[in-house]
Formats: sequence, C-alpha cells, structure tokens
Amino acid sequence: YLQQACPQVKNILVLDSEGKRVAVKYYSDEDWPTNGAKEAFEKTVFTKTHKTNARTEAEVTMIDSYVIVYKFVEDLHFFVTGGEDQNELILASVLQGFFDAVGILLRGNVEKSEVLENLDLILLCLDETIDGGVPLQTDAAVLANKVASHNIDSGAPLSEQTLAQALVTAREHLTRSLLK
Amino acid sequence: GGDLRLRNFVSPADRKRFSTSVFIPFSRKTLCSRDLEGSEAMAQPLVKKDDDRDDEAEYSPFMGIEKGAVLQEARVFNDPQLDPRRCSQVITKLLYLLNQGETFTKVEATEVFFAVTKLFQSRDVGLRRMLYLMIKELSPSADEVIIVTSSLMKDMNSKTDMYRANAIRVLCRITDGVLLTQIERYLKQAIVDKNPVVASAALVSGIHLLQTNPEVVKRWSNEVQEAVQSRAALVQFHALALLHQIRQNDRLAVSKLVTSLTRGTVRSPLAQCLLIRYTSQVIRESASNSQGDRPFYDFLEGCLRHKAEMVIFEAARAITELSGVTSRELTPAITVLQLFLSSSKPVLRFAAVRTLNKVAMTHPMAVTNCNIDMESLISDQNRSIATLAITTLLKTGNESSVDRLMKQITNFMSDIADEFKIVVVEAIRSLCLKFPLKYRALMNFLSNILREEGGFEYKKAIVDSIVILIRDIPDAKESGLLHLCEFIEDCEFTYLSTQILHFLGIEGPKTSDPSKYIRYIYNRVHLENATVRAAAVSTLAKFGAMVDALKPRVFVLLRRCLFDSDDEVRDRATLYLNTLGGDGEVVETDKDVKEFLFGALEIPLVNLETSLRNYVAAEEAFDINSVPKEVKSQPLAEKKAPGKKQPTGLGAPPAAPPSTVDAYEKLLSSIPELASLGKPFKSSAPTELTEAETEYAVNVVKHIYDRHVVFQYNCTNTIPEQLLEEVSVVVDSSDAEEFSFVLSKPLRSLPYDSPGQTFAVFEKPEGVPAVGKFSNTLKFIVKEVDPNTGEADEDGVDDEYQLEELEVVSADYMQKVGVSNFRNAWESLDADLERVDEYGLGPRESLAEAVNAVISLLGMQPCEGTEVVASNSRSHTCLLSGVFIGNVRVLARLQFGLTGPKEVAMKLAVKSEDIAVSDAIHEIVASG
Repeated sequence: YLQQACPQVKNILVLDSEGKRVAVKYYSDEDWPTNGAKEAFEKTVFTKTHKTNARTEAEVTMIDSYVIVYKFVEDLHFFVTGGEDQNELILASVLQGFFDAVGILLRGNVEKSEVLENLDLILLCLDETIDGGVPLQTDAAVLANKVASHNIDSGAPLSEQTLAQALVTAREHLTRSLLK
Repeated sequence: GGDLRLRNFVSPADRKRFSTSVFIPFSRKTLCSRDLEGSEAMAQPLVKKDDDRDDEAEYSPFMGIEKGAVLQEARVFNDPQLDPRRCSQVITKLLYLLNQGETFTKVEATEVFFAVTKLFQSRDVGLRRMLYLMIKELSPSADEVIIVTSSLMKDMNSKTDMYRANAIRVLCRITDGVLLTQIERYLKQAIVDKNPVVASAALVSGIHLLQTNPEVVKRWSNEVQEAVQSRAALVQFHALALLHQIRQNDRLAVSKLVTSLTRGTVRSPLAQCLLIRYTSQVIRESASNSQGDRPFYDFLEGCLRHKAEMVIFEAARAITELSGVTSRELTPAITVLQLFLSSSKPVLRFAAVRTLNKVAMTHPMAVTNCNIDMESLISDQNRSIATLAITTLLKTGNESSVDRLMKQITNFMSDIADEFKIVVVEAIRSLCLKFPLKYRALMNFLSNILREEGGFEYKKAIVDSIVILIRDIPDAKESGLLHLCEFIEDCEFTYLSTQILHFLGIEGPKTSDPSKYIRYIYNRVHLENATVRAAAVSTLAKFGAMVDALKPRVFVLLRRCLFDSDDEVRDRATLYLNTLGGDGEVVETDKDVKEFLFGALEIPLVNLETSLRNYVAAEEAFDINSVPKEVKSQPLAEKKAPGKKQPTGLGAPPAAPPSTVDAYEKLLSSIPELASLGKPFKSSAPTELTEAETEYAVNVVKHIYDRHVVFQYNCTNTIPEQLLEEVSVVVDSSDAEEFSFVLSKPLRSLPYDSPGQTFAVFEKPEGVPAVGKFSNTLKFIVKEVDPNTGEADEDGVDDEYQLEELEVVSADYMQKVGVSNFRNAWESLDADLERVDEYGLGPRESLAEAVNAVISLLGMQPCEGTEVVASNSRSHTCLLSGVFIGNVRVLARLQFGLTGPKEVAMKLAVKSEDIAVSDAIHEIVASG
C-alpha cells in the first residue's frame, strides 16, 4: 500500500559466508508468505551476489523484479531489498545506516560470531532502522546511540548521553552477553 | 473424423509439458531427501570432511539450540526474583529461533506471551526493550492484548523517551480499533512531541494504522500538519508521508500541499524525495487540462541541484517519467544522470543506467549523448550495470555501430550469467528487426551463441529470436532454418527439439530446396527419445504432404518408423501413412488432410479439457463438435506487466494473452457475426478507455477491414461483489460521419476479475481511410454477489459507465511492414507512380520531434534506422515503408530541413503500387 507514496523496504537480510541466515527481518508477507519462500529468496540472492566484491562500496542488482543493495564485511553479507520502482539510493542509505550502526555497536569487529553473540543488539538495531517497511532512522550514529542507550540510567534523557558513553555501555554489554 | 482430429490436438509441446511436470519435481525431491540424509550422516565424525569440521568448530552461542529446551528456560520469567540478564538471554534465544524460521504452536505462543508479560515488573531498561521486541514478534490475540495494554500505556506516559517511543510502536502494532480510541489523545500529543524519536514513532504508527482505522487517523490531520514543519529531518519525512496518505484521495488538498511545500524549505532529503513523488502525481493529474508550460517543472529541475544524491536522482527520474516529456525538459535530467554514470559508487551508476535504459525506449536520441560513458560501462565489474549499458546502447545505436557493438558483446558474453545473456539476446532481436539489413551479422551472432554452453531459458530465448527473425525477415529464412537444424543435431532440451521440429514442418516445405532438411529430421528418429521421435514423424509427414516430389522418400522413412519401440511414434507413422496414401500410389494431398496436418486448434484447451472430463464420466461417444468454441475469461486486458510484451516465439504457451495478429484472427473468426467480415487488415494495439484502478477496466482494439471497422472492447470487472450481465458498449458515432453502425455483440456475463470481450461493428466506404471520433458508454446489468457463497442475486439493476473517447486515425489503415533494402524497393516501382510535394511543418520543438510526429501520423515502418535524428543536425532524411488498406505497398522518402530557428519544412516523395494511394498519403499529411 505504501509502494509509490513512501519508500518501502521489503526486507533486511544478514547472511553468513555460506548464505545461512544470521539475522533477517521481512516487512512484506505478500511477497514471501512462508518461511520456505523466504529461504528460497535468500538462497537466490546469496548465489547471485556472493562472488561479487561488495566490500568497499555497496553494490546493487535486480533479482526477480526486486532491487537489492548489498555490502559485505568479513564473513557477513548485508542486504536491503526494495520493489523494482524503488529509488535505489534511498535503499542504499538504509543499508549504509544499518551497516555502519552495527559497526559502531560491535566496535568495528563485525563478523558472524560477534553478531551472534550480540544478537540482541543487532535485533534492536534492525527494529530501530525500519518499522513495518518504513525507514525509521538512517543515521548510523543516532541508530547506535538509540540501541546502546538502553543500559544507561533510565532517568537520564537521551540527549545527554554521548555516543562515547553509549559505546562503553555497548562494550560492557558485549562482554557479559550470552556467555554465562 | 472427430477422433482423428483429437489426436492432433495434443502437440509435442503439450506432451513435453505433461512429462516434465511429472518427472522434474520428482527427481528434485529425491535429491533433496538425499541431501538431508547426507547432513544427518555428518553428525558421525567418521564421514565428516575436514572443512565441515572447521565449520562446526566455529563457536556460536546458539549451537545445539532446541525449541523445547528454550521454552523450558522461559520459566525463569515467572521467578519471584527476576534476573534481568538471564531473562534477556532467554528472549534473545526465543527471537533467534523465530528468526531462523521456527514456529510456535498456538499453545506455546500463548504460554510464552503470558510468561513474558511478567517481565513488566522489572525496571531494567535493556530487558524492557527486549520485552517490546518479543511482544511484537508474538503478535498476540485480542484477549491477550488487553493484558499488556495498561503496562504499555504506563510506559507511554513515562518520563523516559525511549520507553515512550517504543511503547507507542508496540501498542499501535498490536492494537485494535476500540483500544485505539482510548489512546488516541496520547498519540496526538506524541505526534507534536518535542522529542523527535517519540514524534516519529507516533507518525510511523499512524502510517500503518491508516490502513486499518482510517477514520481515526484522519482526525490527526492538524497535528500531522504541524509535524511537517518540524526541524527534525525524519519527523518531517514521516509527517509528510502520513499527511499525504491521509489526503491522497483529495486531489485539491494534495495539490495545495505540494504548492505550499515546493515554495518552502524541506530539510530532510527523504522528505524531499517524497515531495518530488507527490509533485509528479499532481503534474500527472493536471496534465490533461492545461496547455503551455508544465506546472512545477521548475521545482523538479531545481531539485537536480540539490546536495543529496538521492534527491537529484529522484528528480531526474521524475522528469524522465513525465508524460509527453519534451527533449528540452529531458536535457537537464539526462545531464545529471550522465554524471552519475562515471561515479565511483556502483549504486549511483546502476540507478543512472537503469533510468537511461528506460528513456532509451521512448527517446533514444536523448540518450545518445551518453553513449561514450555508456560504452565504458560495458566492462563494469557489476554485471547488472554492464548489461543495462549494453542493452541501452543497442537501443540507441545506429546501423553503423552494430558491428562494433556485436564485437564488444561477443567479448563479454562468456562471463555473464544466463539471465543477463537473455536480456542481451532480446536486445539483439529487437535490433535486428530495426535494422533488417544487418540480419547476417546478428544471425551469425545468435547461431554462435546457440552453439555455446547455456541453460534452457537462455537457449530458448535464442531459438525464439531466430524464429522471429525467420518470420519477419524473409531473407533470413533459409540460413535461420539451417542454424536451427544444426542446433537440434546436438540439443539436450526435448522441449526445444520438438518445438523446432514443429516449426520446420511449417516453414521447411516452403523453401527453395526442402529436401536438404529431411536428413536433420530423420536423424532425430534414430538418435532421440520418444517425444522427439514422435515430433520428427509429424514433421516428416508435413514435408510429404506439401512437397509431392519428396513423397516417395518420406513414405520410405515413415514406414521404417512403424517398427519404433514407442507406441506413439508407431501410431503417428501409421496415421500419417494412411492419411497421405502411403500404401497406394503417390497422389496430390487433398485439402482435408492438409487441414488436419497444419490446422490450428480452434478450441480453447480449457473447454476441451472440461468436455473430456464430462466424457469420461458419461456414456455417449465423444463428439469434438460439441466442444464450445467460445473463449471464456481470456486475459485480453493486458493490464499487467506492460513492459513484458515480447514478440512471441516458438515456445509461447497456449494460455498466453493472444495479443498477436493470429490470436485476434482466431478470436474474431470464432464469432459468426464477425467471421463473415473476412480477415482484418490491421488490428491496433489496445488503447485504455478507463483510468487505472477504476471499477471497470476497459480497453479497445480497433480491427480494420476493407468495408468495416470492429471495435473489440476488452472489459474487466474489478469488483468482487458484482456480477455484470449483458455488457455492451453504446457507441455514439455522430463525430464520425462516414461510419454507420451495423451491430453490437454484447457479452453475456462478466464475473469478477475474469476479462471478457464485447464488440461493435461499423460500416465504412470500401477502401477509404475514413477517420472519426467515437464516444463510448459501457452498459450492463449489475447483480450483487454474496461474498460467502459466490452466488449472484437473481435481480439486477441497469447501469452505465462513461468511457473515454476513441478515435480512428489514418495510421490505422497502414500496416507497419519494413523492407530490407529500401533503395531496391523504391527503384522497382515506376517513376510515374511517384507523387512529390513540399510542406511547411511550422515551429517545432526539434527536428527529431517533427520526424517522429510525421512517422506516427502515417503509421509506417521506419527503415534502416532512419527514424533516428543525429543531434544538432539541420536536415534529415527518413525512409518509411508500409502496406496501405487494399494491400497496397507504400514507400515514402521524407526530407526534413530547418528553415528558421524552429521552423521545419518537409519534402515528401511517395511511391506506391497504386497512384491513388500515393495521393491519399499526401492528403493525410496535408490534413494532419
């Protein structure tokens, strides 16, 4: 329903170097109604892009009438998908915002094992990037701040926290995450 | 002969379709289950490969995670002393499971949900955020929502902005209408909250809620309007999106919104992109009733100088998509896109080349300035960019650049994926139709790539292209057929082999030396599977039927097939030997037999299938004549995928929309009232008579006959609750004096989403290219349909629906038929059949625009790429060819020149087989 009127993201995917799901979020059940359909899409996207070099600049392709912008780092492949009429530069700004925010949250240490260990941060970051397909925030620093701020004293207003503080908290959080 | 004909209906292609649909999925399944077994087996260390072991060694916090165990762990949510960290970990694990595609049963989900609600007791911020995520993922039912409502409302009023923003998003996601009115007051406040995160949360939630509760969200207009003025970039973006959604059905309000915002300042690039989209919408809707300068064009052009690339691109794209865009309007947009072509960012290059590729379809000249940049993109690392570049070049290139382009393409064909190769093949095909003289080079290219490795879809695209070239370029026929013959000598795709054999059977006998194909065909009988062998037998029979000299040899070959191991092959051989008289002496094949061998299936397959099903259950013998010929629910509307209309090649599935001449002919001849009119001289492309997204979608195809015109109205009813009956179009021809109404053929019933046709027939003076305007009203009886049972009411109501006007123009009487050598064709017509005159065309946008205007006025086929005008040139010669009503070949040579700053003059020389037609062409130009 938003297609023309508002930029609409259909999904964000983070896959590993074999195309396996690390973290994904779909915003369009009409396009991929079942998990099988989603997996098939991920497989196609991975196979058609994994040989390309998307490590310095974001790359782009069209698959099955979807525009897909993507960027790789270490053993991770990030994708943002939109409809074929979508402005690819808007999709690219969503990708870049999310990608860089993950970089900040993981202190540049972006690889599969780190992402899995901090999956809660990554899922929160996804949640703050897109709401039901609508871009909510595309600025990486603001995104990281929003995600990381949740360990700060709840009384303090958001604006008073610096990014540096947020990062310290994020780091602490990292060290005591799922490892008991 | 009902039984006899019936067998012929199942063509080799259908047989193949049946068999693949049975076998391929089956073998895949086998493969998959093997794979699964394999991966299970990997659990045993002995069969593990080394790199597999490395993978397993990689640490994952979720290794060995199992749903049952995690659900057990979720019991910690019920602990009286909550451990926030541990609870967060468990939620993360639950979210991980869901993310991996695991599903919870209803009972499991409810249990988790109730446990999770306990966590509102904790004051830990981190845990609260995870709690929000979890609730959204579980999408609780209405009774469950009530349980968390008060907690979420408390958070919505909290002092912590992060709580407020997230609580709004969660609550709006899971809420229903009743609850929404309770929290409406908070949401309206939140929209104008000074914290941008809170405002955005409320606005984005509003965008989603508008779909389910529009009447509530529309009451927030004032607050949203205030938020549009926000200093926070994203708030402005979200507010603008919502405001437009609220007002989208009110053209005046949208127009006012655009007018005020294009004058003011919009801070956010995203909001600016939205504004550009809404502006284009306003331009589109006002286009029909305004003359002179296009409103808001200056705004779009100004956006080309914006500092954000996404805005520049959005504006450039919007300009290229303006309806009836002029070259002056296009130029600044093309200039920025050209700059993007050499950007270091792939996304920018892609965006630019994709847009230019679309522009090239309608305004090839506007894009030629970018050709040099485009050529350097052929070697782009990103293959999508390279492919778009090459296909753009193929669209804009002229005849002289064909050879160079072909060389460049040959170099990079081997390292692109099949799907890109298909795009290239399709571009080559249209290039070949554009420059028929170059068919040799292009046919060579196609036959070379046909010999190389490639998948089915790719090979099919090549074969389809060769078939189309054979059909459209007579000179290409013999070499094309031989290329296809060589291909089936070593073809791994049964489907393609059978299709080519079928095609050979039709085209081969008409060539100068049909005997040279026999060897290729008979080889199939020795070397291939049963499906291909059966197809080869049919093809041999066709040669036998058409070429008497070959009959004795064909009989010998067919007799050998009587000993084939396959039933179908033997049966066909027997059948053909009998029908062709292979047991007696050689006689000329009679008409019935030829019709049997070559005739097309005149019955829709669906109808045949239904009749056969009934026959299986019934006692009576099957009678082919009892199968209804009426075409039910034919998808003629062609509304979907307008960009995908390709010329149909061999493998066109029988259910494809019959947009081709053949299909129209078949449709028209199936209706007795229309069949008597003979064959139509020309059928136009469909013209829409309704706007998109209206209740009833109607387009019209004009069929031109010598003494009649037939309007075929393709109607689609888009309202599920309605059944239309006795649908017809009432045509007012008072503005078309030379036409007189003959009859109308109503459509008995038009159910929802199942297109149907109604026709109107007019008489006109024989052979005269009469023109005129017709106004149309759709008339019908409407009946309510019960959505539950699908049954319609007995009683209906008469209703009407106004359609747009349609026009019969001179170009409707002209078939676009090219010649491969214009000069030869021109000289073959006597000089005294020529008529020459000069015309002043008045002030024109450009030379190119003048050339295009005359081409479309005459409706003729430009030859040798002469429709393309070089930029900056002051004169141009254009060669046109066509067949005028009465089957008269017409050639025209148009010389254009600039006489003043924008004044264009034209010298028109026309030659045709009938001097009266030459005069008629001049008359068209003089009055047009």
